[in-house]
Formats: sequence, C-alpha cells, structure tokens
Amino acid sequence: MIRLNNVHKSYGTGSNSLHVLKGINLEIEEGGFVSIMGSSGSGKSTLLNILGILDNYDEGSYYLNGMLVKEMSEKKAAQLRNEMLGFVFQSFNLISFKNAMENVALPLYYQGVSRKKRNKIAHEYLDKLGLLSWAEHMPNELSGGQKQRVAIARSLITQPKIIVADEPTGALDTSTSYEVMEILKEINEDGITVVIVTHEHDIAAMTRQIIRLKDGIISEIIKNGDLKQWKHQYSKELEIA
Amino acid sequence: MFDLDLWKEIIDALKKNRMRSFMTAFGVFWGIFMLIIMSGAGRALENGIMDGIKAFASNSAFFWTERTSKPYEGFQRGRRWNYKNADIQYIRANLNDLEYLSPRLFGPNSYGGDNTIRGIKTGAFNIYGDYPDYFKIDPWTPVKGRLLNEIDILQNRKVCTIGERVAEVMFDEGEDPIGEYLKINGVYFQVVGVIHPETRINIGGGEKNEAILIPFSTMQRTYNMGDVVHFFSVTSVPGVPVSKIEERLKELLKGRHHIAPDDLQAVGSFNIEVEWKKFNSLFNGIQILTWIVGTGTLLAGIIGVSNIMMVIIRERTQEIGIQRAIGATPGKVMLHIVAESVFLTVLAGYIGLALGVGLLEALNMALEAGGDEVFFRRPEISFRMAISALTVLIFSGVFAGMIPARRAVRIKPIDAIREEK
Ligand SMILES: Nc1ncnc2c1ncn2[C@@H]1O[C@H](COP(=O)(O)OP(=O)(O)O)[C@@H](O)[C@H]1O
Ligand SMILES: [Mg+2]
Repeated sequence: MIRLNNVHKSYGTGSNSLHVLKGINLEIEEGGFVSIMGSSGSGKSTLLNILGILDNYDEGSYYLNGMLVKEMSEKKAAQLRNEMLGFVFQSFNLISFKNAMENVALPLYYQGVSRKKRNKIAHEYLDKLGLLSWAEHMPNELSGGQKQRVAIARSLITQPKIIVADEPTGALDTSTSYEVMEILKEINEDGITVVIVTHEHDIAAMTRQIIRLKDGIISEIIKNGDLKQWKHQYSKELEIA
Repeated sequence: MFDLDLWKEIIDALKKNRMRSFMTAFGVFWGIFMLIIMSGAGRALENGIMDGIKAFASNSAFFWTERTSKPYEGFQRGRRWNYKNADIQYIRANLNDLEYLSPRLFGPNSYGGDNTIRGIKTGAFNIYGDYPDYFKIDPWTPVKGRLLNEIDILQNRKVCTIGERVAEVMFDEGEDPIGEYLKINGVYFQVVGVIHPETRINIGGGEKNEAILIPFSTMQRTYNMGDVVHFFSVTSVPGVPVSKIEERLKELLKGRHHIAPDDLQAVGSFNIEVEWKKFNSLFNGIQILTWIVGTGTLLAGIIGVSNIMMVIIRERTQEIGIQRAIGATPGKVMLHIVAESVFLTVLAGYIGLALGVGLLEALNMALEAGGDEVFFRRPEISFRMAISALTVLIFSGVFAGMIPARRAVRIKPIDAIREEK
C-alpha cells in the first residue's frame, strides 16, 4: 500500500537548511495499523504529511498503491487525497462556520456529489460514530471527543484506503483518547490502512506496528508481539532523557 | 460558474460570515450609489436647463444697433443709426441660406410707469411689435385664443396677445380676456390670445409672462415709428451654421448704412449657436466629472473588496488548507474566492444601483410637484449607464477576487494547517 525508498526531506535552504528526514525506508501493507513514534521534532509530522501527499520530499521515492507520488501537480494531489486518503488532525480542523453534518459532507462536495445526497451520506457516517443527534451543531458546541469523531466521520466519507492521523488523541483526555482509538481500530478492522503519529506509548500500544523515528531515520520497527519488551526499553529511555 | 451547488456553498459561506461580507460589500455599494446619485444630479441640472431652452431655435442669431465706433464715408464716430424696413426686404432678397427673419419693435415703454390700462386696472408691461415668424424662432403656445398671424400684419390690426402675468393683472379671476380691450400707450387693442413661452431664453430683457405682443406693422403705424426696425431675429436653413450668415448679414448692413467694415461695435448681435455649444460643453464637463469622481469612488470600493478579501484569505488560511487537504483542487479554491468576490460586488452594486435609482425617483417626484420653474429636473440615469455600471462591477468583482485567489492557491495545504498550531 505504502512504500518509501530512501526518502529525504529538508526544510529551508543553504546554511539554514534543516535536514529532517535522512533516508526513510518503509513499507506499510494494506490493512496495516501503524503508529509513528519519536521525540518531539524528530520529523513524525513531516513523514506523515509526506505519506498524506500534503507535502513533498526532496529525494527518494514514494509509491502509494503502486503509483509513484513525486512532483505531482496540486490538482492531481488534491484529487488523490480526496480519493485515497482520509485525514485526522490533533486540532480537529473542522470548518468553524459549518455544522457537523456539513463538515462531514464537504469532501463529497469536491467530488461533485449533490448536496442532498452528500448530506444523507454524512448522516449515515455521523450515525455510525454515534453523533446523529449532533448533526446540526456547530463545531464550537461540541466537546473535543465529539469534534474528533466528526473529523473521523469526515475522513471516512470518501471511503479512503488510508487514514492518516497526526496525534489524533493529543488534545483529548485519556478516556476520550481510548474511545477514539477504539474507533480507529474498528475502521482498521474494516480493512482500511491506518497510520497515526503519537508520542503516547499506551496509544501506540493499541496499534499493530510501531515505527520509531530517531535522528531522521527509522531506528526501530516493532511488531505487536514484541511490544511488551519494547515498552520497557522505551520507558527507560524516557527516564534518561 | 453556473453550478448551483457552488453558489449555495458560496452564499452559505457569506451568510455565516455576515459581518465580513457586509464590510466587503459596503465599499462597492457606496461607490456605485455615489456614481448614480452624482450622475443623476448632473443629468437633472442638464434637463432643467435644457428643458428651458430646447424649443428655442438653436440656429438663431439676433441683431440690434449700437453707436458706430469708427468714422466712415464722412460720418463721425459715435453716430446713432437704425435698421429700416428696406433693410429687411433687402436681406430677404439677397441673403442666401436664410430661413426665417423676424423684425421686432420695442414699444414706447414704461419708464414713466404704467403703460397699460383697463378700467381701474393698470400695469407696466413690455410691449413688442412682432411678426408671426418670431414664433418659429422662440416658440410660444396659446393658453387661450391664438397667436399673431399674417392677416394681423397685413391689415395692421389692433390686436394683441398677452403673457399670463398680464392676464392675471389686467383681468379678474375667471374672466375671459379674449375679445376684451386693453389701452396700451393710449391706443385700444383687442386681446386675441393669452400665450405661454416654451422657453426661458430671454432676448432683449423683460419677464416673458409680462409681455404684450402686437403686430409689427400695427406698432410702426400706430405709434408713428416710421420705417424703423429696432431688432431682428434670423435663423439659417438647416445644415448651415448661423454663424456663417451672421457675418454676411453684418457686411450687408454695414454696406447699406455707411459703417466701416472693421467697425466691430455698430451692429450688435448675439448668436445662440455659440451659447448652445457652451452649454453642451458645460454639461459634458459635468458628466465627465461625475464619471471621474464616481468611478474613483467605485475603484476605491473595489480595491477595498480586494483588500478585505486579502485579509480574509489570511484569516481563512486554515480553512482553505483543510479544504485542500480533503480534496479541493487549486482551481476550485480559486473559483470559490473569485465567485464570492463577484457575488458580493454584484450584489452590493445592485443594491447601490437600486437604492440610488430609488432615491433619484423620489427626488424626481418631489421636483415634479415644483412645476415649471425649477432648474433641476428629472434626475435620472440611463438604462445604458446602469448596464455598463453593472458590467464594470462584474469585471471588477473578478479583478478584486483574482489577486487574493492567486495568493490563496499559493498556500500549501500543509502550511495552512500547520499555521493554526
Ligand atoms: N515548514 C517548516 N519549516 C521549517 N522547519 C520545519 C517546518 N516544519 C517542521 N520543521 C522542523 O522540522 C523538524 C521536524 O518537525 P515535525 O515533523 O513537525 O516534528 P514532530 O512532528 O516529530 O514533532 C522540527 O525541528 C521542526 O521545527
Ligand atoms: Mg508533530
């Protein structure tokens, strides 16, 4: 589903240049449930944005579903995002002057789906996420957990192949975080590939694969079975830091 | 552009950001409103003045005599002289391109007070001896009775036509002046018409509604004026500028009265054509000024829209970023912003137009009540102008939206989303 070969990414130019990703090699299978971990500033978001075709990279190659994603026109990128990808952000990124239903329906607007039809589909997705009675509410009338569920409904409405989520629980309390992770797990069980960025290891522990970024490269890939041991090591590292 | 869903989306966005939309639209509203009001006012001034003069033959000129300013053929300078009946006949016979020629006499006037008497009623009025051709140059219409005619002239009839003010003063209310007699400078004249001037151009002075017009021939004979002519009006045939015959006429007259050809004073004349041109350029000037100021205001409004759209784009960076992340193509983002701008400009412009026209309409109604005397009439704007204003608005909407739209698509989705954090 996702294949990165020796991907490099720097910000800025010349002497101010900051080399963030220094050769990422990564493969994520269809139906994977992956978390990206690493210390702050290690380039987690940078990597995720490249995966989500929100940003470009300098070197290497990125194949999404067998297609090379490189130097793509903005139009093509937008279409690809719309068809293939769903986004969930830490700060929800709902449009403030649209109600929950309209927010969920928006990606379908860009696909040219009629208003009536897309609102109906939006209702279905809100229902799935237990938010039907909140359909007409504006984002500022919703709790953080509700907002994130609206955002998830929005990311699902185009039936994407991949959901990318940058710290989806970062702004939520523990129990709400677990609810959101439960939802993402269910989505994954429906066959959608889910990639999240997190720095909380209990959240990461709920995924099936953990990718650790360090010094611009992947320092470790841990499969679910090895998690226990890894957790131990990780906490030790945190103590040192 | 005619995608219904797009418009719903846009109107939705504008409605939900009411204050912002209002601020954006106001500049354009004000610009077009001012343009309409100023242009309408300019037009009203023009109408008010043109209504008062348009019936007047624009190819007319007027002649009177002044003292000579140069000695010539044995005559001293400063000589007084007069036109004669023979001059009139000569001109008629020898001047090409002449259409009408109407001599006039000024009656023994009212220096000494009232010159018109009827029973116990008296008044001081301006008495003129005229030919019927005069009405072809400066039209009057009979309110009652008739105008002077050729038979009055031929038979030296002692008849008169009187202005409305004369009728008011010399007759009781409800009394019919027609057939009644007025004693004018000691001679009785029968009233055959009460007449109303079609123009407010006044040549030779005196209020027009205080005029009494009698046949030219009658005046010469009755008041022993010999063959003297005080004044005459001419028009040129259509297509020939009156200025051309004005000069030839002066030469003819100078030749017949021993006046130096280079005497610029002796033959007094006045040419309406010249005045007409002055008026026209005045009105053109007013309209041009209106357009300059109006379009300036409008332009400021449009720049305002563009500016506010620019601020809005900055404010909306995150929103646009989200939209792009979830699949809005740059073209779509651009289309949205331009369409929003066009929608706002056109809507605001339309409201400004409607309100401006409405105000002019109301003003017009108030002015109509003011009657004949107002110099400010029918403050209207032409349909063509309204249409061109709207066209300008649509284009300016596109223009105002284009700059911010281009900036918006330069924002990378990721920058937009990150900015908020
Ligand atoms: N647009 C940018 N311009 C310059 N530097 C950036 C930009 N985005 C991120 N960085 C820098 O790149 C590094 C990695 O950022 P990021 O991927 O957001 O890290 P993480 O998400 O792991 O905290 C950080 O040092 C950050 O300051
Ligand atoms: Mg981050």
